[in-house]
Amino acid sequence: MSNPLVDMQKPDVIFCIGTNMTECHPVAATGLKKAIARGAKLIVADPRRIGLAEMSHLYLPLRVGSDTALLLGMAHVIAREGMIDEEFIENRTTGFDDFFEHISQWTPEWAETITGVPAKDIETAAVWYGTSNKAAIYYTLGITEHICGVENVQSLCNLALMTGNIGREGTGINPMRGQNNIQGAGDSGALPNNYPGFQSVTDPKNQEKFKAEYGRTIDLEKGITKVTALELCGDSIHAMLIDGENTLLSDPDREHCEHALRSLDHLVVIDIFLTETAELADVVLPASAWGETDGVCANTERRVQRMRAAVQPPGNAKPDWWIISEIAKWMGIKGFEFDSPEPIFNELCRLSPIYAGLDWERIENGVTDELNNQWPVPHKDHPGTPRLHEEAFVNGKGIFSNVHYRDPAETISDDFPVWLTTGRRLQSYHTRTQTGRSQGIDYLLPEESLEVNPADLEKWKLSDGEWCKMSSARGSINIKVKSTNRSPRGTVFASFSFADVPVNLLTGSGYDPVTHTAELKVCPVKLEPL
Amino acid sequence: MQIDGIEVTFTEGETVLEVAQRYEKEIPTLCYDPRLDPFGGCRLCIVALEGARNPVASCTTKATSGMVIETTTDEIETYRKTLLEMVISENREIDVHPLRGYASGELANLCNKYEIHETEITGAKSGISKEDDNPFILRDYELCISCYRCVRVCAEQEGDHAINVMNRGFHTQITTEFDGLLKDSACTFCGQCIQTCPTGALADKKALRAVDEVADTPLNKTRTICPYCGVGCSVDVLTNENTIVGIHPAMDGPANQGALCVKGQFAYDFVQHPDRLKTPLVRGDDGKFHETTWEDALHKAADGFKKVHAEHGRYSIYGIASGRAPSEAAYLMQKFIRAGFGTNYIDNCSRA
Repeated sequence: MSNPLVDMQKPDVIFCIGTNMTECHPVAATGLKKAIARGAKLIVADPRRIGLAEMSHLYLPLRVGSDTALLLGMAHVIAREGMIDEEFIENRTTGFDDFFEHISQWTPEWAETITGVPAKDIETAAVWYGTSNKAAIYYTLGITEHICGVENVQSLCNLALMTGNIGREGTGINPMRGQNNIQGAGDSGALPNNYPGFQSVTDPKNQEKFKAEYGRTIDLEKGITKVTALELCGDSIHAMLIDGENTLLSDPDREHCEHALRSLDHLVVIDIFLTETAELADVVLPASAWGETDGVCANTERRVQRMRAAVQPPGNAKPDWWIISEIAKWMGIKGFEFDSPEPIFNELCRLSPIYAGLDWERIENGVTDELNNQWPVPHKDHPGTPRLHEEAFVNGKGIFSNVHYRDPAETISDDFPVWLTTGRRLQSYHTRTQTGRSQGIDYLLPEESLEVNPADLEKWKLSDGEWCKMSSARGSINIKVKSTNRSPRGTVFASFSFADVPVNLLTGSGYDPVTHTAELKVCPVKLEPL
Repeated sequence: MQIDGIEVTFTEGETVLEVAQRYEKEIPTLCYDPRLDPFGGCRLCIVALEGARNPVASCTTKATSGMVIETTTDEIETYRKTLLEMVISENREIDVHPLRGYASGELANLCNKYEIHETEITGAKSGISKEDDNPFILRDYELCISCYRCVRVCAEQEGDHAINVMNRGFHTQITTEFDGLLKDSACTFCGQCIQTCPTGALADKKALRAVDEVADTPLNKTRTICPYCGVGCSVDVLTNENTIVGIHPAMDGPANQGALCVKGQFAYDFVQHPDRLKTPLVRGDDGKFHETTWEDALHKAADGFKKVHAEHGRYSIYGIASGRAPSEAAYLMQKFIRAGFGTNYIDNCSRA
């Protein structure tokens, strides 16, 4: 997030797109509710009539995968009406003139033909966002899990740049991260393109730096992404070490994924349960869990915080850092002589400019009135950076992107006439390895169901509460039907949480070519009664 | 303004209670939660204000210049004691188990402070407990003192408005719309009502199930971060010996300021589920998993990577780091791949 969580109470206009925040980030959503109670206007763009949509002052029910078109239409109106921040554009950005010309063709009327959202509502959204002094954008995977995820994010950046809604309180572009340390995993360098602290692997200076640290030359070329690696399993990839990910249920196209992992010569999985993924391993190493492990994590607002062990792990389970260190030592790799997480974190801080002012002791002491521990923290006396881009952008000027709308990888057809979109629900989390084993959660959400608009039941000969067969180009599953107005006509929704309803058997139609993020939000399907 | 004979400063909009608390004056409260708008219901926070005929509630009185306040006079203390006696005269139980909720000891603590252990005030008791089959929230309204903290936290903090007040006066009752079950209301089971209740009338059913198993040894609290989404809410894990028995929200958590959701509040016991892996497993020649020692498992794990490396070269090995494990794990995963094989064949689970 460009802005801190406390800023969520501050905007005058809030634009939520592709985020089901009241279910997926409920505590963050309380900030938005306070802003609304204070008088802020809420615009929600989402194919489904989710809780946020019910709270909104303007709801834009766009067709799945049409976000870029909607955002181009909004940019068109903002430019046409002159609701731009000329001073900001002049001082902080580059490429506006080209962009101005580019968007003159993408009218709200055109956007209506793609998104299904009435042009007048696109106009209203643009006017609200464009004329507000403090307008903030919030998004989640509904923006990124598309083949055009990059264009979607660039389109949001265009809106913020042309109106100067960035670098100030109550503004910004704010993606909500989905797992408690997914931010920290990237910060720590578990990425094919970056060393720790987002230092590019293609920069020879960084190569030198890490050669000096790790004692060997590391490729100057980017590595492949997980998605590519799974495609190459059995072909050129023959061994994998997976730490705490249930790849088989969380990733698209389960059959492909299972085939990939089975074709490895050697699979080592570190986890707290024998997950569907661990079942395929050659060696399974039991890890200590949350509540049993000391360490550091980073949240969605880039705040680095301490996790603490409260109880001992069961049996012989060990912390992940210990397990990885031991494998490395058994292989004779140097630099893994650690006896606690403290020196590991301190090494990470020493090597990462954004963490340079942090160390274990500072994180142990927690946040104070003076220190917020939000990266970048470039030196020891630095308090941290709650708000990014206040004075300048890291790479100089903000760049306008002349994006084009693209159809999803697969679009509905006679064979697969219904849009399926996927996500999470409030009560269950991811593949339910945790919530599925916590007492009481079943009372609230005992099983998965497919949310279908009541008017569509008759069309597809389905009945509320009965099972149906849902098929895509990749496979089919049986799922119970739930009639609800949360789904618009022609679009259905299910979560990927339940192992007995493996929705990701169906997904996997395509990937964003740049980020390799799967298009989990769009999958044409066919529905048949059982 | 002056408090207890000392000149104090205040900022515009501050209440007398907030100013007094900044100067470490102890003023008793029951209906007060610093996260919520002042309510002025319990009247325990009354103070003497020079020039006013009667004592004023310090939580709803804004500080203004020239005010002269006395927080603790004999008269005020007598009022407070009488008010407390009236409150406890209606309640079935005062000393409740601390596992009922974060603030559940507030009434008992005040009674101890004012040395009130019984009362001569007798009569009818108000509040009818509600049977509710949900697994998380006990609705034991016989302990309710109508402070409305639960109603206000649900409305102001959560924005859910799932519960409200039914009837008036002696028949006041906290309820959901149509007086039904929480499941059938707008309740999201975030548990905030439990954690703000000063008497334990709303209580953590899940934690209370552990009461019989909890040894007499005291509960420990460990500050950590919730294991679910990326908001990074601070929580205190409640433990008894080596068992997690409950979760309290951290009121000073920088990301959550005391708020939690149903997962962070109640979905913690996966940690101690019998399915947990306790021993390393290796696949035998029979294709099945066999329990083994760390030495054997690490040897086989390392050996497999060495073999693949020797046969297929360094671009044949890939690492996937976790988005749930701490950063030390992710850091070492990338170091393992980069220092071990000189490639950038490492990723984490953020692309799905």
